[in-house]
Order: sequence, then C-alpha cells, then structure tokens
Amino acid sequence: MPDKEKIVRVPIGPQHPALKEPESFMVDLQGEKISSIALRLGYNHRGIEKGCEERTYVQDVYLIERVCGICSHSHSTAFVQAVEEIAGLDVPPRAKYIRTLIGELERVHSHLLWLGVAGHEIGFDTLLMYTWRDRELVMDLLAELTGNRVHYAMNVIGGVKRDVPQEQFARITSVVDALEERTKYYVELAMTEETLAQRLSGVGYLSKEDAERFGAVGPTARASGVDRDTRRDDPYAAYGELEFQVVTDTRCDVFGRAVVRLGELMQTYSMIRQVLKKMPDGPTSVRAPLKIPTGEAVSRYEAPRGEDVHYVRGNGTDKPERAKVRAPTLANLQSVAKMLENGYLADLPIVVAAIDPCFSCTDRMVAVRGTSESKTMNWEELVQYGVRWYRERGIDLSNVKMRGEVTA
Amino acid sequence: MSLVHRVVRWGQRKSPWILHFNTGACNACDIEIIAALTPRFDLERFGVLLKGTPRHCDIMACSGPVTLQIESRIRRIYEQVPEPKLVVAVGTCATSGGVFDGLYNVKSGIDKVIPVAAYIPGCPASPQAIIDGFAKLLKTLEEGK
Repeated sequence: MPDKEKIVRVPIGPQHPALKEPESFMVDLQGEKISSIALRLGYNHRGIEKGCEERTYVQDVYLIERVCGICSHSHSTAFVQAVEEIAGLDVPPRAKYIRTLIGELERVHSHLLWLGVAGHEIGFDTLLMYTWRDRELVMDLLAELTGNRVHYAMNVIGGVKRDVPQEQFARITSVVDALEERTKYYVELAMTEETLAQRLSGVGYLSKEDAERFGAVGPTARASGVDRDTRRDDPYAAYGELEFQVVTDTRCDVFGRAVVRLGELMQTYSMIRQVLKKMPDGPTSVRAPLKIPTGEAVSRYEAPRGEDVHYVRGNGTDKPERAKVRAPTLANLQSVAKMLENGYLADLPIVVAAIDPCFSCTDRMVAVRGTSESKTMNWEELVQYGVRWYRERGIDLSNVKMRGEVTA
Repeated sequence: MSLVHRVVRWGQRKSPWILHFNTGACNACDIEIIAALTPRFDLERFGVLLKGTPRHCDIMACSGPVTLQIESRIRRIYEQVPEPKLVVAVGTCATSGGVFDGLYNVKSGIDKVIPVAAYIPGCPASPQAIIDGFAKLLKTLEEGK
C-alpha cells in the first residue's frame, strides 16, 4: 500500500524541456498534487546593474537592451526615459511616436511568441508552428525598420537613432492587416476549440485579492480583473495621445490570460494604425550631453509582460551611480506559488508559462534583510573595511583615492 | 576510426538531435534557435530535432556567456551527453562574452568551460546564421574531421 501522506520531492531544472531558461523548482508532491513549491533563481544573473555603473550612459543603453532579448525595447526605453528626465531633455514628439511604434510591434511579437509557447506546453504544437510562422512577419518588419530582428538598438538618449520614413508606412499597414486577420483566427480558435478551453479553464487560479496582494502586473493581473495598465495610468512616449482600451478578464485562470493577451493584440493593431496616422514631423532626436547631472529618476514602462520599472541615479559624470531594474516577471513570480497550490504536477509548465516568465529579466541582485549572517555595507564602510583588511596584512592604503570618493 | 564509430557518425550526420541550453543568455539567441526550428526556416529538414534531455542528444546548442551559477551545471550536462558529442556556441556572448564581457558574474564564453566545436556569432545569431552554422558543422562530420 502506498503511503498517502508521503511527500515526494521532485527537483525540476535548471535544464529542463518545458521552459527554455534555466531556473530550478523544488516541488513537494503528495501523489499527483503539489503541496509546496520552492523556486530557485539566479542562473541568469550576469551583473548588469553593476556593469552599468562601470560603463558610460551611451554604452549602458546597449547593455540594458540585453537585459532581455524579448522585451529589449522596453528595457532600453525605460532606461533612456529615466536618463532624459535627469538631464532635463525635451524629446521630440516624432521620436516618442517611433518609440511607441517599435514598442507596440514588440508587443505583437512577444504575445504571438507567448501564444505559441503556451500551445507547446499543453502539447498543442500545431499552435506553436502557426503562431511562430505568423510571427516572422513582424520580425521581418522590425528588421526592415530597425536593422535587426531582435535587439533593435532604436533608442538613444534624447530620441531615436533612425527615422521611420513615410515610404515604410504602407508596408507596416499591410503587415498589421495580415496579422490582424491571423489574430482573429486565433481568437476564434481560443473561443471555439473545446480542448483548448477545457485544458486551460480553472488551471492556475489567482483571485483578484491575491493578484493585488502579491503585486501581480501586466496580463497576469489583468486576467484576474485588476484594471491596471501603465500606458493608461501613467502615460509615457505617445500613449497619452492614443485611444485604446485596457483589456481585462474575470476568469482568473490560464485561459483568461490567453484571452487578455489576444485582446491586447487587437488593441495593439489599432494603436499602430493611430501612431502611423498621427505621427508628427520633425527631428528624431536632440543632442544629449555626455555627462548627466546629479539627480535621480524612476521610469515606468508597460512591457509585454507587465510594468517594468527602472531607476537611475546620476552623479554629474558620464557614468550612472546606480541603475536598478525591476522586471515584470519578478513581480509576477510571487503569484506563481499561489497559483500552483493544490494544483497538479502536469499543470506546472503551463501555469509557469502563463505569466510569460522571463528569467533573464528577473535575475537581479537583491539583499534580503535578516536572513543569515551576511550584512550589507555602504561604500564608506566598504572602503574602511578594505583599508583595515590590507593594514592587517602590512599594506597601508588609507591615503589612496578610490573611485566614488568626492574630491574637493 | 572503428566501424562502430563510423556508423554512429553516419547516423549523427543524418539526424543530429540537439539540446538547447541557455547558459545565462538574454533570451534573444534562444528565441532565434526556436525560430530556426519553426516553419519559416525549418532546421528540421536537415534532420535536426530539439530534444529535452541531454542523454538523447548529439549536439548541445548553448547560448549565453556562462554565469558562475550555471558553470557547474553546464559541466554536468555536458558529461551526460553520450559520445561523440559536439557543442555549438550560439551568439556573440556564447562565443566571447560579447557585451557581457567583464561583468563580475560571467565567464565570457562557453569554451572557457567545455570544448566547443562550432561558433555562430551575431547578437543575436539570426536563424539564417544558425542554419549555416549547423550545415557547416554537419559538413565537417561528413569529411570525418
């Protein structure tokens, strides 16, 4: 007789077939049901924030863009918006519209990508092949507009690098029309295909209260009925001048998240058309100083996965004193454990995939207070510690000037 | 080369199964590897099939500059791949560290940790480049190098 109370611990990851990125789950199972789940992150931590402090603002835009390959434009826009705020730069309206255009095209490619991955996780590989075939249209368009399929490098501090000339508008419109037709087909598929609805309904339930309590963002929160979208609540770039609806759903499950993303795709197509119609003439960038004055700024951006927050502090040099990235997946991860509670092991891949996780975005350094004997030091304490450490070994460094020390 | 070896090589050349492993990449190369396997580019016409476990694969397609956290895991996964095994470094940061070179938590290149058979540079490596890289790798197998 198998022991019903026995808990089996299953390690999943860091390399596993369901998700493409390395992350590790420790799943405690009681039979087929998940009793608890522990997440281990950090396999993708590269030290980008520290790297930003060591490089100039111009170099940082490229580094920040490579926080994530799927929402690269989101990160670089959020970063340059913060720097522009510190420097007091007035970004030309045309640049703002081009940023919005690329941002929305990126949302199209990201949501189509997600739809395919979600299909793959439930064994519906035909959907993966269909959506990824259609996604190539928008990838081609992005390559034409920006010069690269994935890392567009469109942003510079003070504007955008390339103009989108009038001749390309017709091409954009034709791609958007084609994709809209395809998305309508997917919406119809999601609404009528019995297996899809039955597989996804009720899986990964997250109530509205829990979504708010765990601080969920983006489509994950909106599928639980939380009406929150940075593009509307705190407009940046050209979003204040566009008309769109924030798509929400009250299903609170994976199916709801799919419906929200599909609805967002339809909104995005209309936004791209508005951008093309309203695009003002004028320059695409203003000259930015190499040295950014002292000051700090927080910038919010609605990435395809949710709200992306960047914090930058300048100290009057050409390098930032601190750059901080809070990616949307980090905010959503807390809710995954709740969604999986009392769920089945077989639902784990699709529930995790449903928040559209991006672990390379997420893996930042955080200090958790009061957990172990480790302690945090500020720069001054660290300098003193270093001086003491070397003095104990017979080397006196107390007169050496270090980086960051203010010289009168 | 023994007869068994030659037969295995022949089979590997006709249907190289790949394992996709993200060693700290930014996802860009990873989505391009998947894009190369989907209908537009269709790497599968060379017999390339994506596999979930290292024990079933012949080629490891690694992307990313190898973070310190992943270093021991990539070694363990490499050891699990049956002989003869090949590693392909996809993307500039898998090749040399790229934009992440010099950051405190990266090793700057797959070849610092495990031997690499082919390098596909590009940030990210485009699906065309990935197909070209794989085709060239398969050609070297044919020539018995």
